[in-house]
Amino acid sequence: MSDAVRAVEAPTTPDAPAATNRATKIASKDVNVFYADKHALKDVELDVYEHEVTALIGPSGCGKSTYLRCMNRMNDVIDICRVTGSIKLDDTDICNSQLDVVQLRARVGMVFQKPNPFPKSIYDNIAYGPRIHGIAHTKAELDEIVQRSLERAGLWKEVNDRLDQPGTGLSGGQQQRLCIARAIAVNPEVILMDEPCSALDPIATARIEELIDELRENFTIVIVTHSMQQAARVSQRTAFFHLGDLIEVGETEQIFTNPMDSRTQGYITGRFG
Amino acid sequence: MSESHIVSSYDDELNGLRSAISEMGGLVEAQLSNAIQAIARRDDALAAQCIEADKRIDGMEDQIEAQTLRMLALRQPVAQDLRQVLSALRISHDLERMGDYATNVAKRASALSQLPEVGPINGIVRMGRLTHGVLTDVLDAYTQVDLERAMRSWERDEEIDQMYTSLFRELLTYMMEDPRNITACAHLLFVAKNIERIGDHATNIAETVYFEETGGRLSGDRPKGDSSSFAVMTPVQPEDRGTDTDE
Repeated sequence: MSDAVRAVEAPTTPDAPAATNRATKIASKDVNVFYADKHALKDVELDVYEHEVTALIGPSGCGKSTYLRCMNRMNDVIDICRVTGSIKLDDTDICNSQLDVVQLRARVGMVFQKPNPFPKSIYDNIAYGPRIHGIAHTKAELDEIVQRSLERAGLWKEVNDRLDQPGTGLSGGQQQRLCIARAIAVNPEVILMDEPCSALDPIATARIEELIDELRENFTIVIVTHSMQQAARVSQRTAFFHLGDLIEVGETEQIFTNPMDSRTQGYITGRFG
Repeated sequence: MSESHIVSSYDDELNGLRSAISEMGGLVEAQLSNAIQAIARRDDALAAQCIEADKRIDGMEDQIEAQTLRMLALRQPVAQDLRQVLSALRISHDLERMGDYATNVAKRASALSQLPEVGPINGIVRMGRLTHGVLTDVLDAYTQVDLERAMRSWERDEEIDQMYTSLFRELLTYMMEDPRNITACAHLLFVAKNIERIGDHATNIAETVYFEETGGRLSGDRPKGDSSSFAVMTPVQPEDRGTDTDE
């Protein structure tokens, strides 16, 4: 290459300047996870920024769901699972064995792949969390929380006349929004979503995606998804996992237009063998 | 990227796009070459053939646009695949413009063949050949995904620009010498300008090849040799003849 020709670095994303005033909500360092002898997650170092949607992508078995479950200690329920390293939610060390995981899970809520409402009324599905955490003291307060949560989840208009009916009677998309409403009823700081749309049709998926974008104003969201398009649509940052390694993390726009690592490129373009 | 897609028809479509561009590029190369020949040989028939051939180039542009549109809609390409599809679209537009410019040259060739021959035709032909060489190079760089070659041809546009500037001066001199030359020289001036524009589009293609491969951009400080926009020539007084002033 001669002097006259100068290659310019690949353009950084336009919102790069915002990076300076981004606050880290969850900071992970040297996170390793073992299922018995299987080393499922290797030295993961990842920051999740406040009021942003962080998407975790990668092929099956890459460790993305394992990492997601580390953030609210869901791996505790698996006997053979061992987690090392440090994960901090603001200043709280999530991995601290003294930590009350019930309190932690009130701060870090979760929505699962399949909608899993309690076999109770729509009202009780939402009211359950606030009741056990003692958030509401009167019936009126509880009513207000239920209404506000359903409104935030975009479900209020569809169900306000049948709050006493079972949550399981709703459609799949409505059930998933009910689960999101249930998660936000206890006012968490972070919402973890593990493939929240994989059991939903495209319209219900679009509603959830719209909802995710709205929720980001008040919450920090981490989403695991197998749909690359979904990651591209809803997230600000994307992290790519492969065989237990965090390969690349960056602005979603950069990951999908000009990924740095050839493995990321291979995966998102559908070349992965 | 050497690795192939899991879905092999995706690869077929991407390869199809690349060969469509190569084919269109071949047509434009032939178009330019014929237009220059028509000027050099004062060949009216070849010029007419050239003008007719432009329709096929336009048709190819439509075809490539439809192909890219379909791929964007159905495959939703990302990363390098996306850049490749976008690049094909861009290059097809550049090639279409080049085809138009070459056609304009052919039209002027028709007009020139009715007029008495003027001197700088050789210069025009040389400039045409040089531009044709740059175009061939840049198209090869595209088909072979050869970055070095793309950048070398990117630089060579300077030569075309310099040639254009000197032709511009030369043509002005001819016009000042004898007003009977003005019609032919004015035509040749446009011919030179059209060829110069073809060179510019060739550099666009080189930049696109670079973008497709790296995701980055070649910076804008490419050496520019065209200073004709600033050239001023004053007719010389009879007593000063022989000492041409310029600028």
